[in-house]
Amino acid sequence: MYAYVMRRIVATIPVMAVVGIFVFLLLHLTPGDPAAIIAGDYASPADIEKIRARLGLDQPVHVQFARWVSHLAQGDLGVSIFSNLPVSKLIGQRLEPTLALCVLTTILSIVIAVPLGVFAAWRAGTLVDRATMVFAVLGFSVPIFVIGYILMYVFAIELRWFPAQGYKPIGDGFFPFLRSIVLPSLALATLYTALIARISRASVLEVLTEDYIRTAQAKGLSSPVVLMRHALKNAAVPIVTIIGIGIALLIGGVVVTESVFNIPGLGRLTVDAILHRDYPVIQAIILVFSGVYVFINLIADLTYTLFDPRIRY
Amino acid sequence: MVAVAGDVFSEGTLQRRTAQAAEFARRNPTVVVSASVLLAMALMATFATHLAPDPMALNPAVRLKPPCMMEAVGFEFTTSCMGWFGTDHLGRDVYARTVYGARISLTVGLAVAALSTAFGLLIGLLAGYVRLFDAIVMRVMDGLMAIPSILLAIALMALFGSSVQNVIIAISIPEIPRVVRLVRAVVLTIREMPYVEAAVSSGTRLPKILFRHILPNTFAPLMVQATYVCAAAVIVEALLSFLGAGTPPEIPSWGNMMAEGRVYFQIKSWMLFYPGVCLALMVLMVNLLGDGLRDTLDPRIARRMR
Repeated sequence: MYAYVMRRIVATIPVMAVVGIFVFLLLHLTPGDPAAIIAGDYASPADIEKIRARLGLDQPVHVQFARWVSHLAQGDLGVSIFSNLPVSKLIGQRLEPTLALCVLTTILSIVIAVPLGVFAAWRAGTLVDRATMVFAVLGFSVPIFVIGYILMYVFAIELRWFPAQGYKPIGDGFFPFLRSIVLPSLALATLYTALIARISRASVLEVLTEDYIRTAQAKGLSSPVVLMRHALKNAAVPIVTIIGIGIALLIGGVVVTESVFNIPGLGRLTVDAILHRDYPVIQAIILVFSGVYVFINLIADLTYTLFDPRIRY
Repeated sequence: MVAVAGDVFSEGTLQRRTAQAAEFARRNPTVVVSASVLLAMALMATFATHLAPDPMALNPAVRLKPPCMMEAVGFEFTTSCMGWFGTDHLGRDVYARTVYGARISLTVGLAVAALSTAFGLLIGLLAGYVRLFDAIVMRVMDGLMAIPSILLAIALMALFGSSVQNVIIAISIPEIPRVVRLVRAVVLTIREMPYVEAAVSSGTRLPKILFRHILPNTFAPLMVQATYVCAAAVIVEALLSFLGAGTPPEIPSWGNMMAEGRVYFQIKSWMLFYPGVCLALMVLMVNLLGDGLRDTLDPRIARRMR
C-alpha cells in the first residue's frame, strides 16, 4: 500500500514535467517573434525590445528554461506584464471567489447527482429513470453560459431572488456571500451533475445484478440499506474516478461562469490576461490549474482502497 | 462491425432497401431524428444567402427592435417589432446573423472532428504498435490531458491571434490526446488477435498490417468519438468567441452574438437568447447522434452504458 502511494505520487512528476515544458515552449513554438506576440499589434519596436529584455527573451532558449524552472522551484511564478504585480499575488487576490464557486459546485453536484443516479438505476426503465437520462444528455449539451443566462433571467431578473451579477466576499457576511454564488454554482453544476449522475447510474446498474445484492434483499434488508450500503459502496470506484476527471470540466467552466456572472476570480484573471496578452499570467494559471487537476486525481486514485478493500496494491 | 454495416446496403431491389431503411429508422429513432435536424441546419447554413437578409447590414434607425416571433406569441413591447428574431444594438437582423452563425459552428465542429481524428488516428496507430514511440508519445499525451482543454484552447488562441483557422487548430490540439488514447487501446487489443499474428508470421510488412488489418477495426469507435469531439468543438468555439478570444468579432458567430448581447441582456434578452438556443440545439443533436451511433455500432457498450 505504502509502495503504491509512493509509486502513484512519483507518476505525477513526468505528467507535470510535460505540462511545464509544454507551457514554457508554447510561446516559442508559436510562429513569429514571442516578444512581438506579447507586445500586441500596436506596439512600437522599442516596446517590443523592452518586453524582450524584461522577459529575458534575448537569451538562448535553454538558459531561459533553466531560469524559469529555478524561479518556479522557489515559488516565483513571474511578474505580470500588464499590472507589474507578482503573479502569485494576483492569483492570491482572486482565489477566494473561484474556490468558493468550485467547492459549492462540487458539493451541489455530488449531493444531487449520486442519489439521482442510484435512484434511476434502482428504478431502471421507469419515467424517473428516463427523465434522469434526458437531464444528463441536456446537461452535457446546453453550454454553461447559456444555462447561466437562463438562470439569471428567471431567478435574478424576473423573480429577483438572487443578484444578477457580482460577488460578495465571505468577509461581508455569510448570507450575501451565499446569495451571490448560488446562481453561478447552479449553472456550473449542471454539466458536472449530468456527468456524475450518468456514471453513477451505469455503475450502480451493473452492481445491482450481483449475487450479493440478491442475498441482501433476500435476508430482508430494506431497499435504502441495500442501495446505499451494498450497491453504492461497490459502485463507488468509477464514480470517484469521474468526479476526479470532471474537475477538468469544472475548471474550464469556472472561466466561463465568472465571465457571465461578473465574478472577480481566477477565471476573470485568465480572460483579462488573454485580452492583454499577459503571458506570464497565462503560463502560471495553466500550471496552477493543471497542478490542481493532477493532485485531485491523485487523491481520487488513493481513495479507491477506502471503497473497495478488494483492490490491493 | 464494418461487415455488418455493409450488409445493410447489400444487393437487393429498391423495395427491399426501403424496407431495410424503415427498419433501421424504427430501431434507431435518435440517429434518424438527430441526423435529420443536423441536415436541416446544414442546409440552412449552406443556403443562408437565399434564406436570410444580409447579416452585416447596419441600420441604426431600427436598433434593438424586439422580435416579431415573440410578439406573435403574445409578448407585448413598447416599440414595434422588426424581423423574426429582432435586431441588435447596430440594427442588424438577429435572424440573419443566427442563420449565418450556423456556418461557423458547423465548419469549426466538422473541421475539428476531422483534424483531431486524423492526427489522433495516425499517432494512436503508431503508438499502439511501436513500443519506443509509445513510451514517449503517451507521456506527452498524459501531460497534455492534464491541462484542462478549454484553458489550453484559450492560451493557444492568445498566442495565435483570432481567425477561424486558428480557432480550429486551437480546439483540435487538446482533443488529439483523447483520440490517440482510444485508437491506441483498440490497437493494443487487436494486435494480439490470431489473424494479426498470422499476418506477422507470414511476413506481412508493418504498414500493411497497420492499414489493412488494424485500421478498419478502429472505424466504429472513431466515428462515435468524432461526433463527441464535434459537439465539444461547437461549444468551445462559441465559448472562445464569447470570451473575446475566438472568431474575429466582425464575423457573425453564435459566440460573438452572445458576447455582444451580454451588455443588453437584462433589458433586451433576444440578442443573446436566439443564438444561445440554436447553439444548445445543435450540440444536443450532435450528442444524440453520437449516442445513437454508439448504440448502433457497438451493442455491447450500449448495454453497459444504458
